[in-house]
Amino acid sequence: MTMMLTTYLASLSPLALLRSLPGACAQGLIWGLLALGVYITYKLLDFADLTVDGSMATGGAVAVMLIRAGMNPWLALIFAFLAGMAAGFITGMLHTALGIPGILASILTQISLYSINLNILGSSNQAVSVDKYSLVVSLRYISDSTASKIRMFTTCILFCVVLVAILYWYFGTEQGHAIRATGCNRQMARAQGINTDFHTVLALMISNGLVGLSGGLYAQYQGAADVNMGRGAIVIGLAAVIIGDVLFGKMCAGKKIAFAYTLLSVIAGAILYYLVLSVVLWLKFPSDDLKLFSAIVVAIFLSIPYLKAKYSRKGVAK
Amino acid sequence: MAEMLKIDHICKTFNAGTINEKIALNGVDLTLEDGDFVTVIGGNGAGKSTTLNAVAGVWPVDSGKIFIGGDDVTKLSEYKRAKYLGRVFQDPMTGTATTMSIEENMAIAARRGRKRGLSWGITKAERDTYREMLKTLDLGLEDRLTSKVGLLSGGQRQAITLLMASIQKPKLLLLDEHTAALDPKTAAKVLEISDKIISDNHLTAMMVTHNMKDAIAHGNRLIMMHEGKVILNISGEEKKKLTVEDLLHQFEKVSGQEFANDKALLS
Repeated sequence: MTMMLTTYLASLSPLALLRSLPGACAQGLIWGLLALGVYITYKLLDFADLTVDGSMATGGAVAVMLIRAGMNPWLALIFAFLAGMAAGFITGMLHTALGIPGILASILTQISLYSINLNILGSSNQAVSVDKYSLVVSLRYISDSTASKIRMFTTCILFCVVLVAILYWYFGTEQGHAIRATGCNRQMARAQGINTDFHTVLALMISNGLVGLSGGLYAQYQGAADVNMGRGAIVIGLAAVIIGDVLFGKMCAGKKIAFAYTLLSVIAGAILYYLVLSVVLWLKFPSDDLKLFSAIVVAIFLSIPYLKAKYSRKGVAK
Repeated sequence: MAEMLKIDHICKTFNAGTINEKIALNGVDLTLEDGDFVTVIGGNGAGKSTTLNAVAGVWPVDSGKIFIGGDDVTKLSEYKRAKYLGRVFQDPMTGTATTMSIEENMAIAARRGRKRGLSWGITKAERDTYREMLKTLDLGLEDRLTSKVGLLSGGQRQAITLLMASIQKPKLLLLDEHTAALDPKTAAKVLEISDKIISDNHLTAMMVTHNMKDAIAHGNRLIMMHEGKVILNISGEEKKKLTVEDLLHQFEKVSGQEFANDKALLS
């Protein structure tokens, strides 16, 4: 028994862990954009949107195919964003115009996107080599020279900061207020003349646009788009939102630009998720079980607020 | 005087054709002149709140027409109709967005009936106006503009909802038992604020209440509903002389039933 433990510990190389950290950070930053999208639907709109699993891959597929056709990788990201928005539009219309319950509407879109993504890609995956194209982000840049490493991280951080700034501004506008009111209290929103259907669709489009953008970036990062690349994306997005909320929620509250901090905490949540994941992998956790691990992490963090409330209520009763 | 609200024989049946079929409105007629403040009483299921919801457009009516300020709004959806209306609900949770701040809630109400674009959701000048408005409530809310509404008490929320309802002067103010969920002292305060807002802004208003005394003490008109119809319509001098006993007597005479509502009798 001791022997086994010693051999196990001896087989763990601290250096390998250290080497895996930059990649984890980059992945966290890229998935942080997806998490921002999930934050908009899950927290602001109060809508469990499972479109994400499909629209992430759609963003990746659109970006990769356009780059392969000769488009500038930056420009391709804009189309990845638009493709995501189109997916959000479909979910929104299924829900508002056709009256299908939100979660079911998003599952229908997600399933149909699987076929659509296969059609976009023409096969289950397509590579986009960093040797042939000057990609915006790539796994290769991390193992490259320090200069390209810095450029890569600057790009990722810039994406996050700029999008947080835009979202901060947007949700302070009249339209952003209307979306937040729609998510918080539909009856109040309608009584104040807000077209709740329109703003639901709008929020779903913005959210899935971000998810598509994240997919476009992630496909470039890993050098390929895969029809399955979005599987479980909603869980990772939720994990990021919840980890950010549980760990940093109190710190953000009451600040002058609390909302901007909250958005940043979502991205921090995504980075933490990937850091923990790389530690888990480093500990030789079987990678087949990663999705199970992710789901358990999300279940634990989702239940914390509930259990806390239950526990404290018992305390009062005594 | 101009007609502010005209309800022309509206009918509404819920769950038509099922075992749960319920005729909620059975030909309601009512006309309010500019500046009228009518209180609406009646037993449970008489159609009081249903009438207000019909005016607000929560769902379409089966037949009849509704005019507000001369415009036919019968076919307008709820959010489009909102520009004519100010609404306060029975449940203090209903009228405000709890995760948003006091000033954000007021700013949303100030844009009722306007297109919501990409300009700032709230401006510096608005903040000062809101602070002044909140000061008139005398609830100490003027220093809490950025507090989340979810942190406030039911009475404070109803007071804010009243401000929100009148911030864009509505053609018609709909108060749907808006003090029923409050303790008596808070209810009295909220009623006092309602009276003040209605008279200061010369609003036309409908107030549903379970409390006969309140119905008599407030407003210049009173209607009583029973089984989806207006069965009593009292105004002017006649209303001023009205007592709870009169109302009960009248109810029994018109409906042929006893007024079976402990809440209304005991309060």
